[in-house]
Amino acid sequence: MTTANSSLRSRSRYVAYLVPVAAVVVALLIGAIMLLLLDASPIEGFREMIKGAFGSADALTSTALKATPLLFVGVGITIAFRANVINIGGEGQMVAGGLLGTTVALVLPDWPAVIMLPAVLIAGMVGGAIWGAIPGALKAYYGVNEILSTIMLNVVAVQLMNYLLRGPLIDPGEIERGTRIPQTERLQEGADLPLLFGSGRLHIGPFIAVAVAVAAYILLWRTPIGYRVRAVGQSTDAAQYAGIPVKRTIVLAMTLAGAMGGLAGAVLVFGSESHRMVTDGSTAGFTGSAGFNGIVAALFGGLHPLWTIPASFLFGGLLVGGNALQRAVQVPTPLVLALNGIVVVFVVATDRYRRLLRERASQAETAAQLASQAESNDDGAGEAAGGGVPPPIPPPPGSPPPKDEATP
Amino acid sequence: MRSKKWSWVALVFAVALIAAACGDDDSSTTTSPDAPATTAASGGTETTAAAAEALRIAVVSPSSETDLAFTQSIVDAVNVIAAERGIPEENIDVTENMFNIDDAAAALRDYASQGFDLVIAHGSQYGGSLEEIAPDFPDVSFAWGTAADTKGLDNVFAYEAASDEGGYVLGVMAAALTESNIIGVVGPIEVGDAKLYVDGFVAGAEANNSGATVRVVYTDSFSDVALASEAAQAHVAAGADAMSGTAQMVVGAVSVANDEGVLWFGTQANQSSLGDIVVASQVYKWEVILRDILDNIDNGVLGGEIYVVDLENGGEVIEFNDAYDLPADVRQLAEDTIAGIIDGSISTGG
Amino acid sequence: MSDFFTEAILIATFASGVRLAVPLLLASLGETFGQRSGVLNLGVDGIMLLGAFGGYYTVLKTGNVWYGLIAGIGIGVLFGLLSALISVTLLAEQGISGIGVYLFGLGMSDLLFLKLVGTPTPISKFPKLDIPGLSDIPWLGGMFFQHSVIVYLAFALVPLSTFVINRTTFGMRIRSVGENPEAADSLGVSVAGVRWATVTIGGTLAGVAGATLAIDLGIFQQNLTNAQGFIAIALVYFGAWRPIGVMLGSLLYGFVNALVLQLKTLEVIPPDLSNFAAMAPAIITILALVIVARRFRQPTALTKPFTRGT
Repeated sequence: MTTANSSLRSRSRYVAYLVPVAAVVVALLIGAIMLLLLDASPIEGFREMIKGAFGSADALTSTALKATPLLFVGVGITIAFRANVINIGGEGQMVAGGLLGTTVALVLPDWPAVIMLPAVLIAGMVGGAIWGAIPGALKAYYGVNEILSTIMLNVVAVQLMNYLLRGPLIDPGEIERGTRIPQTERLQEGADLPLLFGSGRLHIGPFIAVAVAVAAYILLWRTPIGYRVRAVGQSTDAAQYAGIPVKRTIVLAMTLAGAMGGLAGAVLVFGSESHRMVTDGSTAGFTGSAGFNGIVAALFGGLHPLWTIPASFLFGGLLVGGNALQRAVQVPTPLVLALNGIVVVFVVATDRYRRLLRERASQAETAAQLASQAESNDDGAGEAAGGGVPPPIPPPPGSPPPKDEATP
Repeated sequence: MRSKKWSWVALVFAVALIAAACGDDDSSTTTSPDAPATTAASGGTETTAAAAEALRIAVVSPSSETDLAFTQSIVDAVNVIAAERGIPEENIDVTENMFNIDDAAAALRDYASQGFDLVIAHGSQYGGSLEEIAPDFPDVSFAWGTAADTKGLDNVFAYEAASDEGGYVLGVMAAALTESNIIGVVGPIEVGDAKLYVDGFVAGAEANNSGATVRVVYTDSFSDVALASEAAQAHVAAGADAMSGTAQMVVGAVSVANDEGVLWFGTQANQSSLGDIVVASQVYKWEVILRDILDNIDNGVLGGEIYVVDLENGGEVIEFNDAYDLPADVRQLAEDTIAGIIDGSISTGG
Repeated sequence: MSDFFTEAILIATFASGVRLAVPLLLASLGETFGQRSGVLNLGVDGIMLLGAFGGYYTVLKTGNVWYGLIAGIGIGVLFGLLSALISVTLLAEQGISGIGVYLFGLGMSDLLFLKLVGTPTPISKFPKLDIPGLSDIPWLGGMFFQHSVIVYLAFALVPLSTFVINRTTFGMRIRSVGENPEAADSLGVSVAGVRWATVTIGGTLAGVAGATLAIDLGIFQQNLTNAQGFIAIALVYFGAWRPIGVMLGSLLYGFVNALVLQLKTLEVIPPDLSNFAAMAPAIITILALVIVARRFRQPTALTKPFTRGT
């Protein structure tokens, strides 16, 4: 009885982990068919993709750099999602963060890196936080759906960027020469993200992103704030009843998510090859659509900050590999975009199935535990938290002061 | 459970659609007369032996290579040069749609490290990145445009277009042909090459016809075709009977011009294919400067020079649309204006 | 400024607003059906792009705009069914699966365009139709009754949708499924069936919206919709899930865009500040959402997948 249950348990859990991977494999198979139809060899294509994403130190650097904004945005998504808020304003938040960081670097005198670097990164976070707090407040206090306000704020952000970069923030040299490229001058060196391992490109950005993901994990599961966020996400009524300030918590979750987006924007500016902010007139020109792709990474990581780390690197690799594929096999770039879409659809569409398997695993686990307890044997200790199902809410370390929140 | 059965039908149908859609192109690429690959291929067949030692050229550009605008102009030019020099097709690589600046930087770096002899960064927004990349590859020659300086690097050539010159000529023609004395211009964002062209066009129109009103509207987007279309409608409503515009989203505006029978003046690539109302287009012939750049590379000079294509050196050409019946006197006026700009007697004010 | 208040300019601005509103109206009407039944489909823009390419390509090949419209319908139905499969049967997270459909549509429409067409080539457009009598009304005639045929068809869908949602059994089922799926289910209404139907209607109208955009512009280019599908979703909230409200929202959005453009053309708004004018439609929409959200409640089951017995 026990062995049957435990084998069912491990198999279900095993399969649950495989589901998103299988979804990606199927999506890539469709990609292979499309490559064949485009007169390109899928084997060569995928070889070039993997080589371009993971095949050399340089490729790995590209992948890490591509993954960085995805991870920042993805971590923000996991925080907001725990409070049951869907933040699809990552694009606008990245732009806002990049702009405020850039402005600070331009306005402040050339101070040493120990001051400048934190200053510009914090400025980026603040910029993004503002862009996240607005839809958060609109949702909490006015009931405006966050999906819509963030879409509209993305439009506002791109126009703001185009105004600032062709007006107040433009490189004076561009005016002098009459070339009028909408970009800033090279920003002060103190604000450059330091390079690592003697590499020409690999900066500390990816490491900041990983650290931030870990910090988000701690915040969500080891602090009173995280407890409140998750409580609000599970049930606003219950949270309210427990004395949690629901509205403020929603604003806070969106502000944090925005701050992550803003940090992504600042890292893009200060870690870019050009060390300046440039616009081609669109958000994607600056963000590379990381505001959207970060959502995918977070979802692929089961909306858990730690699992979002490998998920971001995988998706970063897919994007970098896709570009390498275009260069090597000369297939049009839209193919990669379409493939990304298929991957997202497959991963999301199978997500419910994965959760079902996990639930089944947990049930089997509980049954096994009960059975083993009956045999006074505790082989079925719960596994570490991870994946789609949030672990049960632990009691708050510091009990939050009960605050009453006015009902609408 | 009926819905489940239907879901499978839908899925199979979708896969079939993708397959059918992709499959179609097999037949159409062979029949399509304007497949860009054919020009390069014809040059390549005669000199396969030279393939090994022939130059390798890579282009990184922000939009599609068939955009009838900025990117198409450089890809066409590279294909012309390849045919002239017998550079085989496999030595030419184009990465299009690199509107994301970091992706473009990665592509530039990748091409340089693969040992391409000339890497063309075809977007003024790539300059900041190139400044960092070029010093890492001293043996690779880079060309950057449109740009007016080489950032002091000796392996970077800069190239730009005096698009105000062609704009001026087209503006003069528009002013001569308008009957309502109202001319409309549709621009993307008021920056760089777009601004240069528009300013030249306005100067030309106003110089030739002081009674003409030239209205310029920037839609604040390079991609919003619908807005470009409505901008053209707004010009037409305000009485415009001649229009021009720049960047890839103007196809929406040309379409309106077609409907309303309003004259259109194109730029960046020959837009005559868009309709009989296209009077003339300013076309960039980047091959003029690419020839010089390749000669320089042959002689071991990898950069440091700034090139400008203009009417004088033939890098900028006004191509008249044969389908439009241009009055002889206006044609003459255009030729005179071109001559005047070349000999310096006319200033475009730019 | 005095230039603006001429008859010709005012009429042109309003007519332009109507034209800009049409694709938004079609897409958001379709989305209204889905949302009333509790399904948010964020993939509208992707379906619009595919419909736009399908419509454009069909007209390019056949020269018949109506075949193009049919192609748009066909593609819309197909991707409506696919969206229903993903969000209704597979119960996917609605806010995210739509982004997958969007990315697919954005990439696929461009890929097909590059492979099958290549260079933007003009196609014929919908015929213009001056409504007899009405088009001769001073001012209003020029603003509203001298458009292409499809414009009238789009606006005719507004009373039709209102009727279907408010006066038919099907409409009643849609509303009950969107408000209280458990109760509807216990009364024998197939929640999944109703949602499959509404999401497919939404997809169909998104495909039509795309085809309409392409055929009315007479051209295709990558990302032709420029995120209009997302605006359309916002307009459903703006219109408080009512077809009339959605129509007013689409018209307002179109008018503000047309007005900004006209003011820029007449140089009332200086070029330096044009970016701020371009923000106006988005900011006005947010402000309007604040007002709407205070007055109207969204369908209770919106974005919540339904499984029996959970």
